[in-house]
Amino acid sequence: MSDKDIDHFINTDGLDSEREKTIGQHIGYRYDVNLVPDYERITPFLKKYMETMGWDDLNWLEDVHMGYEENRAAVFDRNINGWVTVPEEMKLPDNQQDRDMIARELLIKFQMSPNHPMVELNKAYAKF
Amino acid sequence: MAELNTEHDSHALGMHTEQLAGRTQKVFFSPSADDNYVYHDSIEVDFNKSAEIDAGPMEIKDVNAKIRSLMKEGYGTITVKNPSAKHSLGVGILNRLNLNFEGSLGYFGCGLCDGPNIRISGRVGWSCAENMMAGTIVIEKNAGSTFGAAMRGGDLVCKGDVGSRTGIDQKGGTIIVGGNAGAFNGFMMQRGRIIILGNAGKNLGDSMYDGTIYVGGKIEDLGVDAVEGEITDVEEKWLENKLALYGMKAPNGVKNLTKIVAGKQLWNYDNLEPSEKKLVL
Repeated sequence: MSDKDIDHFINTDGLDSEREKTIGQHIGYRYDVNLVPDYERITPFLKKYMETMGWDDLNWLEDVHMGYEENRAAVFDRNINGWVTVPEEMKLPDNQQDRDMIARELLIKFQMSPNHPMVELNKAYAKF
Repeated sequence: MAELNTEHDSHALGMHTEQLAGRTQKVFFSPSADDNYVYHDSIEVDFNKSAEIDAGPMEIKDVNAKIRSLMKEGYGTITVKNPSAKHSLGVGILNRLNLNFEGSLGYFGCGLCDGPNIRISGRVGWSCAENMMAGTIVIEKNAGSTFGAAMRGGDLVCKGDVGSRTGIDQKGGTIIVGGNAGAFNGFMMQRGRIIILGNAGKNLGDSMYDGTIYVGGKIEDLGVDAVEGEITDVEEKWLENKLALYGMKAPNGVKNLTKIVAGKQLWNYDNLEPSEKKLVL
């Protein structure tokens, strides 16, 4: 796990190396993608989701973490290949494990919503 | 030549007029989103309602179509008998479902799945669970090469041995191998976890960008930029739980698994010294 300040990518531009400064863009991941979930911190919503799907753990959500884009907390949605920004008024916990649980919950709410872009894409392109 | 009809529903949705700005799409969460647990257009199925299919005399396409039609009738547990190592069975299921195959599958079984829990009592051929997005797939016997290629999420378990290039280009999820694994496992993996409880063949984790590989037995040799890492307490707990879910155990305990991660020397290729570039090439 990174020993950087948890708010490093919120409070700074995240351009740490010489190369990042030259190109004006952060290189690589902005969070530890290898961090496995601590199941003691799971939320009731996520438990209900696991139960609905018939899974005994978080399954694919184990790879979902809270990341940061343009100084805002955000979650990467693989279904739209883009970052989904966390509401600014949401208070973030002081540790990455709890932040990851929030990210997982928000992502499920977004993906399962009728307003998700995939709903429109399905209408246009789904074959069956 | 006949004139092609270029009009499509997507035009009405404005998908061909949007300006591409070369940056990620800006989307915001709506705090008022309801508590939904399945995709908007998913099929409502009941795990307690079960059905059987005899795949023996059927064509591959018909077996897959039959699985879909049973799901539409609300069947949440489907057993496919006599799959007879047919290729591409159980593919593209984007729904919650319990699917059991009594027998072996051929190439590309259960690929492109997003959600189902699949159990296969026999063996599987090449590229089982390719591009898997979510769900669980458990194979009771051995698996061929490129097991879980380009996998994005979920749990993929083979209780026997696997061939080479397991988890090639893996982008997420967990692959568990109960026995031994061939060469080039985790080749160019970018994320996710591979747990091999037996021995691992040549070039383990070659050119991996990120992700983690755990090995319980001997490692023949490591690939370019794959290095040993240290197992954390959270990982230990996670490994114990994950293996227990599938009735598996590390031969000498999870503490003694060898952890392999990316050395990250290949992340910025331009920064490599000429001698290192020569080594990579």
